[in-house]
Amino acid sequence: MRQNIPDRSIDRNVPAVSGSIREALGDRRKVMRNHSDLLQVEQLKTYFYTSEGVAKAVDDVSFFLRKGETLGLVGESGCGKSVTALSIMRLVPEPQGRIVHGRVRFDGINLLKLPLNEMRRIRGNRISMIFQEPMTSLNPVFTIGDQISEMFVLHQGLSKKEGWDRAMEMLRLVQIPSPERRVRDYPHELSGGMRQRAMIAMALSCDPEILIADEPTTALDVTIQAQVLDLMLKLKEDFDAAIVLITHDLGVVAEIAQRIEVMYAGKVVEEAESLAIFGDPKHPYTRGLLKSIPKLGHRARHGRQRLEEISGIVPSLYESPPGCSFYPRCPETMAICRERGPELIDLGDSHRVRCWLYNGR
Amino acid sequence: MEELLAVSNLKIHFPIKRGLFSRISGYVYAVDGISFVLKRGETMGLVGESGCGKTTTGMAVLRLIEPTNGQIMFDGTDMSQMNRSRLRSLRKEMQIIFQDPYSSLDPRMTVNRIIGDPMGIHGVYRGRERDERVDYLLEKVGLTPEQGRRYPHEFSGGQRQRIGIARALALNPRLIIGDEPVSALDVSIQAQIINLLIDLQEEFHLSYIIIAHDLAVVEHICDHIAVMYLGKIVEMASYRDLYADPKHPYTQALLSAVPVADPRRERGRMILAGDVPSPIRPPSGCRFHPRCPRRMEACDRAEPVLQDTGGGHDVACFLY
Repeated sequence: MRQNIPDRSIDRNVPAVSGSIREALGDRRKVMRNHSDLLQVEQLKTYFYTSEGVAKAVDDVSFFLRKGETLGLVGESGCGKSVTALSIMRLVPEPQGRIVHGRVRFDGINLLKLPLNEMRRIRGNRISMIFQEPMTSLNPVFTIGDQISEMFVLHQGLSKKEGWDRAMEMLRLVQIPSPERRVRDYPHELSGGMRQRAMIAMALSCDPEILIADEPTTALDVTIQAQVLDLMLKLKEDFDAAIVLITHDLGVVAEIAQRIEVMYAGKVVEEAESLAIFGDPKHPYTRGLLKSIPKLGHRARHGRQRLEEISGIVPSLYESPPGCSFYPRCPETMAICRERGPELIDLGDSHRVRCWLYNGR
Repeated sequence: MEELLAVSNLKIHFPIKRGLFSRISGYVYAVDGISFVLKRGETMGLVGESGCGKTTTGMAVLRLIEPTNGQIMFDGTDMSQMNRSRLRSLRKEMQIIFQDPYSSLDPRMTVNRIIGDPMGIHGVYRGRERDERVDYLLEKVGLTPEQGRRYPHEFSGGQRQRIGIARALALNPRLIIGDEPVSALDVSIQAQIINLLIDLQEEFHLSYIIIAHDLAVVEHICDHIAVMYLGKIVEMASYRDLYADPKHPYTQALLSAVPVADPRRERGRMILAGDVPSPIRPPSGCRFHPRCPRRMEACDRAEPVLQDTGGGHDVACFLY
């Protein structure tokens, strides 16, 4: 088991970011989009064809992402949040996984119809992604500098030397101490937190318009998580990128997302501004989730109250009985829930919920 | 006697061996002199970040790791003085629940065997009595006796953790150590298992040591909490004192770093610089001083000792 113990003594001299980051990188942003919706996912269905049957990992998911905003995709394991991200990037593992339906509109084009060589020019360049476990997504046999500079050489046609200078600049931006030394390090020589910073540096190196972060802090300790979240918020401002944050942690999403999509069994069950999701949740699943987590400082102030449980288990993706996928666990189930799955119902104020309770409102 | 377990000055140093002759080139100071007491029917929480020594402490209490130094008294007897057979009979009294419900159950055994075998090994409950007890335990943890004939892969993560809990209860233990018992579970399942652990504690009058990194979970379950950093306890208090009035700068930083599911909350976060240093070469003086926002001159020279600041709220910091 790899332990999260850093193999070096700590370095407190985190360099201050000098000047504006845009200045440092030069303004290389492509022609500005005039649509306010940067990305639109429409009726996306991604299925996995396995020996055990068809798993409907993503089953009719639609949402949009505005320019510069942070959107949270929240849900438990198997709800389809990661597969949604992989579908946007066209990285669904084939041949078992297939995008069987839907569109992903980005800058006027449908990414799902794009030839692979053109998709490669977008991936890592205009839309980039960071993953949960930086150790498995960095190449262990190349230095951090090699891997970041490759982005510049590949996507921007810089020379190797220029790429290295840029790589060092990026490491400074993500506040890695003594970047001139670290740029020559291999991934295993960095601590977990520093590896995730290096991943962020790589993801932001081409000044992407969208950054997809899949559980970026889940593998990190809580004080390191706070550092990385803080860094992501700061860089988002500087780079003016939109973020899609995928997480199971309601705390993390509350801290940084402006809008939230709550997913359950391959579907979006609720979509709203972050304040509305946490202040006035509508879907019984969202309500249940929020009530089931212990809240920091609550027992110390109010004494112990029994946690409210969501009964039952997370459903299997192989069987999709008719009706709402949450009804076997739902405390407010009605006759219709068992027969037909509800559509997303618009409640106004960009709050949408997939639940029969709100039908006819 | 009120005390079930008393750990004093526990040290666990792992040798680092190098080269052809396995020369010892250094030590990992995983646990470096900690003391705490667990009362009957209470729950002690060990919290801290990875590498702080919380799991190693739990393993030493179970004697799955030999301590380098220090004393562990269980129910008034010194465990290090016990011979093998005494120790073996003592094993019945203490059980563990692991973090990963997938790798901690033997995939080739039925649930009945997973829960029933320990009874056979220790020679308690035989024949029909054993079968009845397995059924009883399954019901206690929220499963059905019919499910006992199935294999672990037929269960979800939360159900497997229930099986792990039933196995821990099989021998009527007095102490159960939970090593991250809910952190591998989905959010909606966590609450089920937390409630179950609390119910079982009341019913069977169990004492728990809960090892966890999730501070909200620890607050909900534990009566007393020890915050660990690099092999040391830096603060130890009742849940009420610790969360209402954290004193050590590390505890304060840890609590303020927890993301809270409330977007209206002020983000007055205290962000620590740097990473946790290596336990092979821990910093001089107070081990937290290189990252401490309130460090003073003395901090890198002398090591603060854990002292009661009043009402059983212990802190190891020169500020107090």
